[in-house]
Amino acid sequence: MHLHRYEKIWLILGAGGLALFILLLCINAFAMGMAPPSNMTMIDPAKVTETPPFDNPGLTKVGDQEYDAYMTAFAFGFAPNKMEVPLGAKVNFHVTSPDVIHGFQIPGTNVNFMVLPGHISSATYTFDQPGEYLILCNEYCGAGHQVMATTIIVK
Amino acid sequence: MNILQKDQTQAAAVDRPASRLSLAYIWVAYIAFGVAAIAGMLQGMVRGGIVELPSWMNYYQILTAHGVLMALIFTTFFIIGFLYSGVAKTTGGTLHSSALGWGWAGWILMVVGTLMAGIMIILNEASVLYTFYAPLKASPIFYIGTALVVVGSWLAGFGIFSRYRKWRRLNKGKNSPLFLFMSVTTYIMWIVATIPVAIEVLFQLIPWSLGWSPTINIMLSRTLFWFFGHPLVYFWLLPAYIAWYVCVPRVIGGHVFSDSLSRLAFICLLLFSIPVGFHHQLMEPGISEGWKMIHVILTLIVVIPSLMTAFSMFAIFETTGRKKGGVGLFGWFKKLPWTDVRFFAPFMGMLFFIPGGAGGIINASNQLNAVVHNTIWVTGHFHITVGGAVALTFFGVSFWLIPVLTGRTLTPTANRMGMVQTVFWSVGMFLMSAAMHTMGLQGAPRRTDYTTYMDHPLALGWMDYQRVMAFGGGLLFVAAVLLILILFYLTFMAPKGHTEYPIAETEEVQHVPRILERWTVWVGVLVVLIVLAYGYPIMEQIQHQAPGSPPFRTW
Repeated sequence: MHLHRYEKIWLILGAGGLALFILLLCINAFAMGMAPPSNMTMIDPAKVTETPPFDNPGLTKVGDQEYDAYMTAFAFGFAPNKMEVPLGAKVNFHVTSPDVIHGFQIPGTNVNFMVLPGHISSATYTFDQPGEYLILCNEYCGAGHQVMATTIIVK
Repeated sequence: MNILQKDQTQAAAVDRPASRLSLAYIWVAYIAFGVAAIAGMLQGMVRGGIVELPSWMNYYQILTAHGVLMALIFTTFFIIGFLYSGVAKTTGGTLHSSALGWGWAGWILMVVGTLMAGIMIILNEASVLYTFYAPLKASPIFYIGTALVVVGSWLAGFGIFSRYRKWRRLNKGKNSPLFLFMSVTTYIMWIVATIPVAIEVLFQLIPWSLGWSPTINIMLSRTLFWFFGHPLVYFWLLPAYIAWYVCVPRVIGGHVFSDSLSRLAFICLLLFSIPVGFHHQLMEPGISEGWKMIHVILTLIVVIPSLMTAFSMFAIFETTGRKKGGVGLFGWFKKLPWTDVRFFAPFMGMLFFIPGGAGGIINASNQLNAVVHNTIWVTGHFHITVGGAVALTFFGVSFWLIPVLTGRTLTPTANRMGMVQTVFWSVGMFLMSAAMHTMGLQGAPRRTDYTTYMDHPLALGWMDYQRVMAFGGGLLFVAAVLLILILFYLTFMAPKGHTEYPIAETEEVQHVPRILERWTVWVGVLVVLIVLAYGYPIMEQIQHQAPGSPPFRTW
């Protein structure tokens, strides 16, 4: 099969760039620990409200500046409804759904994941800037999807 | 080759029975397109805060209508109509009776399925969007309708395979025409890709929606859906590529750049469009980091055939422009037929595909995806790829294909109207998608009705962009109305006459390696890739499944 010389150069540069890009993605994910949220824990969606710790959603202090936030995402809201953490706090979010699929996103941060019934989703974020962060549902979940939001206050 | 030359001297490129079949597909496509365009315009206006919907209509209902009609119905019907016409044209200008029979059987099933799904959407019994994620439960009639559309599209595919087999039998030892080869590749991909979604609909959604099974395995249903969901976008793209590789060169008076490389690009697209679905599921629990990375790597390999395509296109443009007397580094560029809508519309599509491809690489990268996942950035992305690159190419094809099929001509006035339509559509799409991309980076979610999130300052900052988005949507709607009017004119009113079906050939006879047409080899490689990418994860999702979900109706 004949390849034009310019096309060879074009494809070699493209393939080389691609290989480098994939390498960087792998280093990012596996050496630097920035893989996408992939919690494998499961839960019975029908029993979320009676399964600890989701029977009592909220913040638990687990370290000096570290909190676990156990939350539920449901049609059409989040529990707990309001949260407050001190500046510089590291928060480990653990979220599940008792009904349909929801999204969990904090705009302005890299916290963004799906919430599937039957699964627990997790992500960690350190809040270095004060403010009232919006937490919103970014997966269509029904007629009230657009009002499904809460906030976390950092001060 | 003899068949081709003889055919070009005949009056009609495609005979009456084959033309009628293609036209039937294409007009269903454009009726769906028209309804979807109304829904899309309304959505833009609502999200932009410009109008409010009446109480008997809800935002997610018209969003479902827009998605199903544009992404599934318009595209699939147009593609089948276009492929049938080109397969007929390149195999002697006709279709034998079994190809026609499969074609019409598919058309009937697909129309019935579309009506069933459409009525359920109108009755607000199926506001589940075109991804129909369980455990949102639509009416069983909606699922049965979509299943009929898929099965109908398979029947149409059997017609194309039947035509291909017949051509091979009559032309032993020859390479199949490029258009035919590419149509067969497209259809192999479509059938392999739709099998899992058919399994999801038939064995998971329908029994569960009828109440025969109490719960559904959510993770498995999502994996089966996205097994199909990504090749779906290639199913839109490959026919546009056929137009770029085979038809556009002829329109500008040039030749196919390289027969073998065109075929190789299609084989690469066939292999690397399917085992990649987890890149749509990067942000979800229940799939491990390692498997996500395997799919990300397989996804990104598509960069190679895309670069080959980009090279071929600009090589064709440059060599043709130089032959017409273009001198200097860029002189050839001015020699291209800029006032011919048959070239201008697909060319604008190609331009949209450059940022579209770059955005796709961003979306598929597992870390960057956290910034854009489910934001309106993604909506902007697929509007410039399918609504820009693919749709503009389909419009460009329609401007000559409909006159070919009806024995009419594309008049200079109709051509000028087409140019205006292309400009409106391109400007509208640019404004709308630029606003969507910008808002998405700031975190604005997709698939969401107008909201200020209790006047949160961040959400209030999106409002100006939402108005730009709505304005772009308005321009797109004007372009859509204009398009339907032009196509109506070309179908029923334009003057009778001969219109060429543009099929380019290579400049000199090129050797094509036989291996490129050994389907057992490529389907075999494809199956191996699929088993490697999906075998273990799907087995795990069945053996270690989360407790199932009952149905919910939350709208």
